[in-house]
Amino acid sequence: MKIALFATCIVDAMYPQTARATVKILERLGHEVIFPSGQACCGQMHINSGYMDEALPVVANHVAAFEAETYDVAVAPSGSCVASVKHQHPILAERCGDAALKARAEAVGAKTYELSQLLVDVLGVTNAAEQLGSHFAHKVTYHPSCHGMRSLHLGDRQLDLLKSVGGIEVADLPEADQCCGFGGTFSMKNADVSSAMLEDKAKNIESTGASLCSGGDASCLMHIGGGLSRTKSNTTTLHFAEILASTMAEPVSVTGEVFVGKGGK
Amino acid sequence: MSNVFMGMPSLPVFGDGNLHIDEPFPAAAHRELGNTQMRANLRHATHTIRDKRLKVVGELPDWEELRDAGAATKNLVMANLPALLEEFEKNFTARGGIIHWARDADEANRIVSDLIKEQDTDEVVKVKSMATQEIGLNEYLEEQGISAFETDLAELIVQLGHDKPSHILVPAIHKNRSEVRDIFLAEMPNVDPNLTDEPRLLAMAAREHLRRKFLSAKVAVSGANFALADSGTLAVVESEGNGRMCLTLPETLITVMGIEKLLPGKEDLEVFMQLLPRSSTGERMNPYTSLWTGVTEGDGPQNVHLVMLDNGRTAALADKYGRTALNCIRCSACMNVCPVYERTGGHAYGSTYPGPIGAILTPLLTGIKSEENSSLPYASSLCGACFDACPVKINIPEILVHLRGEDVDSKRGEKKLPSQMDLMMKGAQWAFSSGKHLGLLEKGLPLGKLAAGRDKKIKRLPGIAAGWTRSRDIPAPPTQSFRDWWKKDHRPAAATTEQEK
Repeated sequence: MKIALFATCIVDAMYPQTARATVKILERLGHEVIFPSGQACCGQMHINSGYMDEALPVVANHVAAFEAETYDVAVAPSGSCVASVKHQHPILAERCGDAALKARAEAVGAKTYELSQLLVDVLGVTNAAEQLGSHFAHKVTYHPSCHGMRSLHLGDRQLDLLKSVGGIEVADLPEADQCCGFGGTFSMKNADVSSAMLEDKAKNIESTGASLCSGGDASCLMHIGGGLSRTKSNTTTLHFAEILASTMAEPVSVTGEVFVGKGGK
Repeated sequence: MSNVFMGMPSLPVFGDGNLHIDEPFPAAAHRELGNTQMRANLRHATHTIRDKRLKVVGELPDWEELRDAGAATKNLVMANLPALLEEFEKNFTARGGIIHWARDADEANRIVSDLIKEQDTDEVVKVKSMATQEIGLNEYLEEQGISAFETDLAELIVQLGHDKPSHILVPAIHKNRSEVRDIFLAEMPNVDPNLTDEPRLLAMAAREHLRRKFLSAKVAVSGANFALADSGTLAVVESEGNGRMCLTLPETLITVMGIEKLLPGKEDLEVFMQLLPRSSTGERMNPYTSLWTGVTEGDGPQNVHLVMLDNGRTAALADKYGRTALNCIRCSACMNVCPVYERTGGHAYGSTYPGPIGAILTPLLTGIKSEENSSLPYASSLCGACFDACPVKINIPEILVHLRGEDVDSKRGEKKLPSQMDLMMKGAQWAFSSGKHLGLLEKGLPLGKLAAGRDKKIKRLPGIAAGWTRSRDIPAPPTQSFRDWWKKDHRPAAATTEQEK
């Protein structure tokens, strides 16, 4: 299968190792990965902040970038960005009175999958240890990000994949379905409420005794990881793609600070 | 052209009354977050109702179908509202009821006040009602020398405590029982000075206090949960029976109801009477449901009035992307599951309607340009828990985003200088609308290291980003973006089979 990677802006610029892990997993399964070079961002930050006029060229760019290539499916290691591509892009185009863009956005959205969706529903991966050789000998807990859970209805796809990794111990996260408080510019505009939500999320994570918290959205993990780092916690965050990519022969490094991977080396 | 009023109101007529937040939400939230007792009370209360709701909702195999039916019925009502209102008026009037139309809060208050004065009394008992809270009826009546006594237990607590409701269903949710006892001891005439905080004793004290009012009141004021167009019937759904006392004992009953409360007919109650109690109190069925149709000679109130309230509803209905907010049946499930409401409480939202529904309904009723109400749609992380819980499937996150757009658009051009947020969004528009632009910008990533300390963390950012770094670090950026790595260093792995490890 020919798979177009939508890295997402935050992963592209801040957590490249998450995208590299995504590529690794897909190539390990024998698929061809392409990276449409025109891509930048889904525009969610603009849309969710109410800047619709500014969002329109961002959305139009995404649609054009993914129309420019031929591929079977597109994938992103983010529930939130995929939800934006699938649900927000057509609404924005309609609101801005661009019916043609709406139809094109719907076509791109229909071919776009979140990583666990693609792995489980399309590629039939149910056992990461067996099918991907995933190995990760650490105790982790897992935070299901809101948009993956409620907009894409991912259910336990990410968690089940994590549980099937060799050597892993997965601890249940209390009040897992509660938002971490990120919410894009919400964390700036309503920083106090956001911090109060984060504080409870961090407490719940630490109560599990896990050495790190995994999840499927780099932005939420940056938020949670940032809070844990500030309180000098020993717990950090790591995207589930990196855990799936980790093997016995090529383990992802978790010595010292992981913090959604360590940034490109 | 003369300036003589020609009788045609200009549209849209926005809502007025207790719908205006007087400080921006972040400032109010900051203050409320500091109230640790309230936060503990709220956390306990919302989590208890949340769990109860999940349990009774889980019992129904057709819950999702019920939600669909509720949403479809409400959408139908909104699409046919003028015709249904006329049908209701015809049937209500035919059964002896008298209908009054109020464009806004002020008109509604004057109508109610005049009706009370006609009965030669200066006291009324009240059934718990959101519409009368919205228009500030109690405050208006007080100015007119009329005392309004709240008879719902929690409303009574709030009224005696000279407080404001902080939840639409559990108005005193921010108070625990020992605080309630203190209010009763201080404010309730003839109360037993040895009153403890045992719930049963508190309820008995309230009952004794209220019974005197029920038996003496000549006029009652209520709201309504539903109005059935095909029969002219009104309905109140409640738990305590105090509402039923008000609806049946006094000679005069004045109901104030938003025009969006209509249902086509009684068979629709089948759906809504399953949706509402389960979503609101987490009960399969509420204890008291009262339905009344006009006047019945020799039984119950002989003067039955209904004030049909617009107060911004027509304006909300005109908003293509926001109008489903009018589908709300005031169950409060959204606030009970909201992580923001749970921490800030209802007072932070300023309006009669707090929580997620308040954050959309309030600015829809008043218009987004109204004072500080434009800060309300931002009072959400867009986690979506409210949408999942809503029995009539109001897509609250989507409407929040829509109203943010209305807010940003309404401010375009009126400002002399762009805000920091405007500049950030403009810059990001350039960066994010082309892969080339973003790639160019990413060449500067190594510079980010300069902002980070020796521990490779950015701990302090200026301006609007300072709120972030008050409680969160940001990792130092990588030296190479994924895009750059892909271009220079990616070598496709030799295709391996799935079995290979």
